[in-house]
Amino acid sequence: MSSLFAFTLLGLFTGAAYAIVASGMVLTYTTTRVFNIAHGAFGMLLAFTFWDFTVRQGMPTLLGLALVLLVVGPAIGWFTQRFIARGLGEAPVSVSLVVTVGLLVGLIGLTQQIWPPEPRIVLPFHPETGYQIGDTYITFHQVVTIVCSIVVAGLLYGLLNFTRIGTAMRASVDNPELLKLFGGRPDTVAALSWAIGISLAALGGILLTPTVGLDYFALTLLVINAYAAAMLGKLKSLPLTFVGAMGLGIAESYAVAYLPTDGFLSTLRPAIPALFLFAVMILMPQAQLRIGQVKGIVTAPVPPLRSAGAWGAGLLVAAALLVAGLSTANLLLVGTAATYAIVMLSMVLLTGYGGHVSLAQFTFAGVGALTYAKLEEPNLFAVVIAGLVAGAVGALVAIPVLRLTGLYLALSTLAFAVLMDKVIFQQDWAFKFNGTLNAERPSFLGIDLSGDAVYVWTMVLVFVLVGIGLLAVRRGVLGRLLVAMRDSPSACGTLGLDMRWFRVGLFGLSATIAGVAGALFAGLRGTVGSADFLYFQSLLMLLLAVVFGVTSVTGAALGGVALMLMPVWQADNPEIAGVLFAIVGFGAVALGRDPNGVANHLFKLGRRIRARFEPQIRERLDGLMPKGHVSSDELAAAGAADVPLVSVGAEGKGEER
Amino acid sequence: MTLLEVDNVVVRFGGVTAVNEASFSAEPGAITGLIGPNGAGKTTCFNVISGLQKPTKGKVRFRGKAITSMPVHRRARKGIGRTFQRLEAFGSLSVRENVRVAYDIHRGFAGIIKPGAADVDALLERVGITAYADERADSIPTGTARLLELARCLACDPHLLLLDEPSSGQDEAESVAFGQLLKDLADEGRGILMVEHDMDLVMSVCDQIHVLDFGSVIASGTPADIRASDRVQRAYLGYSDVDTDAVEAMTAVGSAAGVRLDDTTDTAVIPAVKEGLA
Repeated sequence: MSSLFAFTLLGLFTGAAYAIVASGMVLTYTTTRVFNIAHGAFGMLLAFTFWDFTVRQGMPTLLGLALVLLVVGPAIGWFTQRFIARGLGEAPVSVSLVVTVGLLVGLIGLTQQIWPPEPRIVLPFHPETGYQIGDTYITFHQVVTIVCSIVVAGLLYGLLNFTRIGTAMRASVDNPELLKLFGGRPDTVAALSWAIGISLAALGGILLTPTVGLDYFALTLLVINAYAAAMLGKLKSLPLTFVGAMGLGIAESYAVAYLPTDGFLSTLRPAIPALFLFAVMILMPQAQLRIGQVKGIVTAPVPPLRSAGAWGAGLLVAAALLVAGLSTANLLLVGTAATYAIVMLSMVLLTGYGGHVSLAQFTFAGVGALTYAKLEEPNLFAVVIAGLVAGAVGALVAIPVLRLTGLYLALSTLAFAVLMDKVIFQQDWAFKFNGTLNAERPSFLGIDLSGDAVYVWTMVLVFVLVGIGLLAVRRGVLGRLLVAMRDSPSACGTLGLDMRWFRVGLFGLSATIAGVAGALFAGLRGTVGSADFLYFQSLLMLLLAVVFGVTSVTGAALGGVALMLMPVWQADNPEIAGVLFAIVGFGAVALGRDPNGVANHLFKLGRRIRARFEPQIRERLDGLMPKGHVSSDELAAAGAADVPLVSVGAEGKGEER
Repeated sequence: MTLLEVDNVVVRFGGVTAVNEASFSAEPGAITGLIGPNGAGKTTCFNVISGLQKPTKGKVRFRGKAITSMPVHRRARKGIGRTFQRLEAFGSLSVRENVRVAYDIHRGFAGIIKPGAADVDALLERVGITAYADERADSIPTGTARLLELARCLACDPHLLLLDEPSSGQDEAESVAFGQLLKDLADEGRGILMVEHDMDLVMSVCDQIHVLDFGSVIASGTPADIRASDRVQRAYLGYSDVDTDAVEAMTAVGSAAGVRLDDTTDTAVIPAVKEGLA
């Protein structure tokens, strides 16, 4: 009985810190409608700042704390709202997700660059002081944590209920437009709530550092705990968020106390926030369709299938010439790029066409790789099964979307990716703890593909086939429906479309593509392990897909190559490894508002070149060449040759039917 | 049989009662007008009928069956179509594709096998937007986009059309043609429930009118009845609990105090009261 009391108490202390982090996140979300996935990352950055102030520079703890919470934190919050998050609330959910994922990755890169990895110790406040309650020992740090959470709760309550700006904040939750009409200033409200929110992330991060360690990733992932806690209050209610945080803290504490110390259940502890999240989510009521469509979506042109086929064939010829002369190491790199590109194609379907964001796409590839390696049947059949298993898992993950909206789906995929990465992939029946599995290369229909060059070329072939398949889907009934659902879900609903199962199916199909890529990747490498499918890889993949263009097949190809090159550059220049993450992250922040990315700019460039030169060429070649071929040849000559699959000249015709 | 019955529906947002025990109905083959000042709860009523808003209290019946807790898409399949006050066209698709999507949804898998391109073009022709068929839907004028939403709706062959301010953005000639189109649709046996501010249109085409004010139905009847109703006059003028003579007297005073009559919406614009309502 007394141990139950002790573990409940311990759970409350952790829960109190979660409550502080979560309340900051809820505050920024409700007032600005931007769900800040980087909330934990801000807390992480500021916990490092606190370490720098107090340990490295030797400031007194209270001074350091005051500087971080009252000066640096609010300043960063204000700056972020002002220059990054402003206007994101009205943007499509997928855009605000991509931008804040960009912030997350960028902040990790920045922190790694400023404070390179080395052991850092953060002691609790007054580590030697403590109190005995019954047979439970309570540290001074724990008392501080719970006092802080009570003070935060009190201050937030006072702010929201008894001040003018607090009333404005509550009003902006319901209707920012109305607030403006009444003479309130939504920008001031938003800036203030971000300043407070980031400060609370910092406080929670600092309080939790002695427990979770001063770690780039562990502190960043606190956003999942905060999200799980906030879900109880539907991301809106602060009191319910506090209740949720305490519940989560206690659940974790009981997991330590009562789960067996070996076997499968013992590994569940890191998964508690994710499991808590899924449990709350299943109990949520059905969300209503949102009225008010998203405006101004620009879509990359859809080429007719014939020109897509021509570009695909061109890419295959180019790949054949390329792989003939490469060393094994470089061949592996090309194969890796092809893997990434195929996974990015799955994002083109899900995000580019469907408007949904998944933060677990490479985890689905991991499921495919695991299935393929476990099957030990090196043939086409095993690749197909791997894809289907990944698809089934993807559909399962998407089940919450039956009841909830896209934002929740995206956030649960992050929790899912972490769960797979930290728990499932580490199981004995999977890759084993830090282990790997061997996988043979498949032979397709009796054709032996074990040679490096042949295998890599086959992967490029799969990319081309999937890409052409996607374009065919986009031009057909299904593609039109996808775009319609993205543009106006409520109109689709009132026309009689049941979007819920449709979305689950879309998610499953996209995961299937990723799973096939994973199976091919397993064959390429020969050995695969859990380290190949870290959740962080999915985040990088999303960012690069968006930067290079998540609405076009070309963007996926470019993004795949770029993602392959990243670790190569980092290995060559270890001193700028962090900077590279920061560049990708903040690059996505800058470019995230246009999901058509670099690829679309290439298309525009191509169109301009064509408009400039085509008449002259046509004049000169009149009668010598069939029409239509001229433009693509000219484009290739003009430097757009590495843009595969999407014919620039086809734009006008592409929209017809 | 009554096509649609809204029975004592209440919708509350936080502390605000948007719809307060509203009851009204619509008949097949007839055009029913739902009018009232801004903020009277007309669009909220549409959301309740089409399923986009759950009522706090009350029932909705369609062709005799309760549909209050039915999801949006199933109501649509039962034959309720609607357009939106704030446009919900599929912006990145062309006008023709917008209607095709509706066809695809309506026909289900049959549409994949046998595309109905001719039907789509016939619908565009019928509402009169053939000239815009290949334009992107977010680049066409508002009035045209409203007609597009109507065409999209008709692709699903609904029994009941909910039209939310369908004629705003149209000029006078277009409005007359639109009135004729509505009458034709009603002659086909469809029921039409229409929220509209253009009083000339409402009075000329509607068979029945319900007037909403502060979420309650304050009057129902034929256009002639509504024209004659004191309560409606009061609701539109912004006064309450005064008799007709007093209204007239105060209208005289009002016009001296800067109250003007807005011809397009047939409402009196009273500066002080309007601010208070905003």
